[in-house]
Amino acid sequence: MNMIQALNSALDLMLERDSAVVVMGEDVGYYGGVFRVTDGLQRKYGEHRVLDTPIAEGGIVATAIGMAVNGLKPVAEVQFADYIYPAYDQIVSELARLRYRSAGEFTAPVTIRTPCGGGIRGGQTHSQSPEAIFAHVSGLKVVMPSNPCDAKGLLIAAIEAPDPVIFFEPKRLYNGPFDGDPDKPAVPWSTHPKGEVPDAYYRVPLGKAEVVRQGEQITLVTYGTMVHVCEAAARRLGLDAEIIDVRSMVPLDIETIAASVQRTGRCVVAHEATRFAGFGAELSASIQEHCFWSLEAPIQRVAGWDTPYPHAFEWEYFPGQVRVMRALEAAMEAQ
Amino acid sequence: MSGAGEAPVVRERALELLRGMLRIRQFEDRCAQLYGEQKIRGFLHLYNGQEAVATGVMECLGPEDSIVATYREHGHAIARGIPMTTLMAEMYGKREGVSRGRGGSMHLFDAATRFYGGNAIVAGGLPMAVGLALANRLARRSGIAVCFFGEGAAAEGEFHESLNLAALWHLPVLFVCENNLYAMGTALARSQATTDIAVRARTYTLEAQAVDGMDVLAVAAATRRAVASLRAGGGPVLLECRTYRFRAHSMFDAQLYREREEVEAWRERGPLISFTRRIKAAGLITEDDFQRLQAEAEAEVDAAVVFAESGEWEPVEDLGRFVYAETGA
Repeated sequence: MNMIQALNSALDLMLERDSAVVVMGEDVGYYGGVFRVTDGLQRKYGEHRVLDTPIAEGGIVATAIGMAVNGLKPVAEVQFADYIYPAYDQIVSELARLRYRSAGEFTAPVTIRTPCGGGIRGGQTHSQSPEAIFAHVSGLKVVMPSNPCDAKGLLIAAIEAPDPVIFFEPKRLYNGPFDGDPDKPAVPWSTHPKGEVPDAYYRVPLGKAEVVRQGEQITLVTYGTMVHVCEAAARRLGLDAEIIDVRSMVPLDIETIAASVQRTGRCVVAHEATRFAGFGAELSASIQEHCFWSLEAPIQRVAGWDTPYPHAFEWEYFPGQVRVMRALEAAMEAQ
Repeated sequence: MSGAGEAPVVRERALELLRGMLRIRQFEDRCAQLYGEQKIRGFLHLYNGQEAVATGVMECLGPEDSIVATYREHGHAIARGIPMTTLMAEMYGKREGVSRGRGGSMHLFDAATRFYGGNAIVAGGLPMAVGLALANRLARRSGIAVCFFGEGAAAEGEFHESLNLAALWHLPVLFVCENNLYAMGTALARSQATTDIAVRARTYTLEAQAVDGMDVLAVAAATRRAVASLRAGGGPVLLECRTYRFRAHSMFDAQLYREREEVEAWRERGPLISFTRRIKAAGLITEDDFQRLQAEAEAEVDAAVVFAESGEWEPVEDLGRFVYAETGA
């Protein structure tokens, strides 16, 4: 399966298994979703389970909160992560805090799915990676899969989680793994082991990072599209790098990450979002706190530029293999 | 030929309106072709079918007025008088483009014509139009603010906040809703309780009127009345222009949500076909005139493509510019 099919399979299974699950969003029903993730679900489960909403992100999330606090498990789609900001107030002020504010009496287990990241020439308003501004809000869980297999298992876990989850889908990975080289022909997920997705129900637990490659020389901590870019960069340098896919920003599996860095003594953190106060800053600080006495070099960060995503210069902004290689070299050189 | 209280349709005006719509149509058709050739990349939303709205509205505006548009804004930019050359360069992402290639199709900006942007965030531009108008009012300037948006935007909070503020403060804003019936793939009736946008505007006490958005003269007539009222100190006005987009929402849209027959029926009464038929029948223009305008528009688009092709890429080291001010603390 590609990532679209894997996500569709997760939604299909959950709609089937749990009558409390409701899918909602702009164009998700009749149209089948702008990226086809919800294709066929309204036909199969009806308009009362798969709801087309107006273009009103604040309203979509707000309604989902009300539904969730009253016993349903809404899976709301925000068509692009770039469109999520009208809902930010509802997410931060209501969704994230309901449990705390009611001293545990109420909760709103909403899952918000939203495609993020660049790589499809979306320019300034169809390419953003805003995970850090959600990870910063207490009460939210934040997830970003890097492959179809994780996407399905994580989405099921997110829907079943008793807390709200912001579920980012790196849109460049929908149809195939992408190593950061836009000139290479696209590769389908069928060529990748993580494209093998079981049809049945399964969960990938939230809060568990995955070591996608074991290595001894250096630890690369990353997530989303950058997992594949980092693998390619380490391969090109011939480094025996340990590559960790964070998968879940909140809760963060610092144990897995710290154990690796304590062993290798060197670390590069990589993400596509802007650098300043990005999630890499949290990773870098947490790693430093856990691994200071094991570190043999400063932790390097690879990230997007601290600018909006420029239309014509997508591949300069995007932190491709060369930037990862430079950071790896810097981390390997320092004594 | 003229409507009640409307500017007469003399030969010069007929030619000018037709020229305006033809220029947009030719530009859009070329953009589609260039997209196929991967000269233009990314997201591209074409204005075919809606030309009468931008053309009719812009005819009634002056240089002191401000424009806020949508992500389907090539037509507004052309009708406003931004040179096609710099628009096409922006489509290509070249440095010579109106936004130095940083924005592309959805983010056209031009200070010289007070064009405050295409905007890819649905309803994102409405509040800005309110602010533009308020600033004009406070500074005792005569300009009005004109805001284009689709009917899908009427579901967003910004629509309601903007209409309320503009009405409450009696601001010179012309809200132009281009109701093309589909918010991407979702029909208006499937997503909004009231499909009559003008009715909703009236609840905020705006003057509001539905107009045949396929008829450039009807759009111009309604706009001229609205602009006169706004310049005379009247409160905000909303025009709901009922129109239709002939092409897909974007270049990634299989259009499974509408029937081919429906598209064909709207094409039959398309703004170019109907207006051309009408002014020919009235003896205002000949087929030769039409062919000449068509050829001129084509030549203008050709020149714009040459300009874009010969443009350069912004130096990569400059791309950090304009995040913050370059002077001052």
